[in-house]
Amino acid sequence: MHIVVCTKQTPDSAAKLTVDAAGHVSWGDSPIVINPWDEYAVEEALLIKERLGGNATVTVISMGPEAALEALKHAIAMGADEGIRIWDPAFEGSDTLATSYVLAKAIEKIGDVDLVLFGKSAIDSQTGQTPVEVARRLGFSPLTYVIRIAELDPVGKSITVERLLEQGRQVVKAPLPAVIGTIKGINEPRYPSFMGIRKATRAQYPVWSAADIGADLAKVGAVGSGVRWTRIFPPPAREGRAEIIQAETVEETVRILVDKLMAEKVI
Amino acid sequence: MDFSLTPEHEMVVRMVRDFAEKEVAPWVKEYDRAHRPFVRAIERMAELGILGICIPVRYGGQGMDYISLGLACEELERVDTFLRVVMSVHVGLNSLGIFQWGTEEQKHRFLVPQARGERWAAFGLTEPGAGSDVAAITATARREGDVYILNGEKMWISMASLAHHFLVFARTDPKAPPHQGITAFIVEREMKGITTGDLHGKLGIRAGSTGWIAMNNVEVPEGNRLGEEGEGFKIAMSCLDNGRYTIGAGATGLIRACLEASVRYALERRTFGRPIAEHQLVQQMIARMRRDYEIGRLLYLRAGWLKNQGVRNTWQTSMAKWFATEASFAAASDAVQIHGAYGYSDEYDVERFLRNAKGACIYEGTTQIHELIQAQYVLGYRQDKPLRCELPPYDPEEWQREA
Repeated sequence: MHIVVCTKQTPDSAAKLTVDAAGHVSWGDSPIVINPWDEYAVEEALLIKERLGGNATVTVISMGPEAALEALKHAIAMGADEGIRIWDPAFEGSDTLATSYVLAKAIEKIGDVDLVLFGKSAIDSQTGQTPVEVARRLGFSPLTYVIRIAELDPVGKSITVERLLEQGRQVVKAPLPAVIGTIKGINEPRYPSFMGIRKATRAQYPVWSAADIGADLAKVGAVGSGVRWTRIFPPPAREGRAEIIQAETVEETVRILVDKLMAEKVI
Repeated sequence: MDFSLTPEHEMVVRMVRDFAEKEVAPWVKEYDRAHRPFVRAIERMAELGILGICIPVRYGGQGMDYISLGLACEELERVDTFLRVVMSVHVGLNSLGIFQWGTEEQKHRFLVPQARGERWAAFGLTEPGAGSDVAAITATARREGDVYILNGEKMWISMASLAHHFLVFARTDPKAPPHQGITAFIVEREMKGITTGDLHGKLGIRAGSTGWIAMNNVEVPEGNRLGEEGEGFKIAMSCLDNGRYTIGAGATGLIRACLEASVRYALERRTFGRPIAEHQLVQQMIARMRRDYEIGRLLYLRAGWLKNQGVRNTWQTSMAKWFATEASFAAASDAVQIHGAYGYSDEYDVERFLRNAKGACIYEGTTQIHELIQAQYVLGYRQDKPLRCELPPYDPEEWQREA
């Protein structure tokens, strides 16, 4: 079984975002890390491989410049088998539509892929669109918001998952190959192991260009993107106020809290 | 000269930091308040391989270098001192001692389970009446056939009530000059006549275990003797070269914790209409923390580099330990000062940092002992003599060989 995990490098979640007057976004000198949501996808791929007694290959791919190596290295240090970086200057400025095209072309090149795993979204752009777009392009079953993989049948080529939706849980069975969007709670991502760290720092990470994956240059980068950024501005500073309720007993504290919530029409 | 860390080192730092921040930082204050050892954290360090970080793979370790050990200690003590204390005794004082002085058989019997984290290790040198004056120890080991009978008490022993193996020093020859009559033994908890307990009422490091070991006619087989008879003093001193390294690195992490907390608070807290960070006397305290962090780091990284090269580093390690522990106490005191009344309460971490910082100015060579060591080297009163067994230099291939 061949599992591909799509990852992205993002600024550390503690990074401070600034936007200048010209609309340029900066994350300061924040370290670049693997998108935290993607760690769940990598972990799930590793768990599937373990469940299959090791009879699976986990390939991690990332579209991005040199900095994307950090995401690949982290995944290899966790235990993934190989990492491929997909980059070409022509990919600069890609939105999710163009990115999904590049990822789908890369997955086609890898060939014979049964499962493609994603984190639920990237913590910097937060669109969550890429998994479904990749599934659509490849003709794979799109399964998003997956909280549990209930059954996986590599021979019968099917998968049953539980999706966590606002209304409740939904159990879905789909044929393989499939694209899975994982969410927090599906597992607890492991730390990189020391042996994994050594492997990750010594591994070779091939770089596939637009030509390598046979991408049509009209469909990638800013040219191939459907989204135009009309204005970029920093989020308004959050205005909040904290109040600590102190009472003699827990019951009294709760009573005061409930009164306040009702007065504010929260409940 | 190259001051950069390798990508491997950087990943080790991130991994250990993530562990300490996610699994220890949220709870350590409660353990500290309750004077309760945070045992689960030690179990997790074992599972993650941190307890065997710089031990070769063929001895159950992770095969990283000595610099990785220092970096891990910095990250661990940045969250709480007790984590680094575990590294100091388990790895620095005990496991590296067995690695340096042990026979191949002893390495397989004791080092392998220790490096895997299956058996925890402590170091029994200090006694109720012998601390800085190591040669004054009174615990005895009397030879009877192929066993030694150990008697005596060890005090202020980190991990005393948790460890499975103790590297204990006892006097085998009462007639020999004080430095020559001491021998090292690997004592196992299961041996008859061993009792241990925790000490209470400590100023700091309350989430860790510190205690005593009492030995009452403990039969220790000859195969558990580390090194030769009478070699104990030299073994103890070489173990301290490694223990002190972890302390210097850890104390550097504690300075960083003080610096980070102080910067955060100084930018938030306002007095006289502006953040206190804009007051010059606050800036002075923060500048000193930054300076001391950088010095502490350079000192311990140099010591780690010397260990990697297989070069004796007694005075360099002593200096790293001496400087960083004193500087961490000063940094913690200033951090409390910056936090004002809030720093005086345990609502913030800095009061814990101050309490935790003091211990390391006392154990593994008091500040005054290190001052004497430094003076003695400079004045020519003290020189390193070659040891029968030196700490092996780091060799990646050798360290990562499976068997």
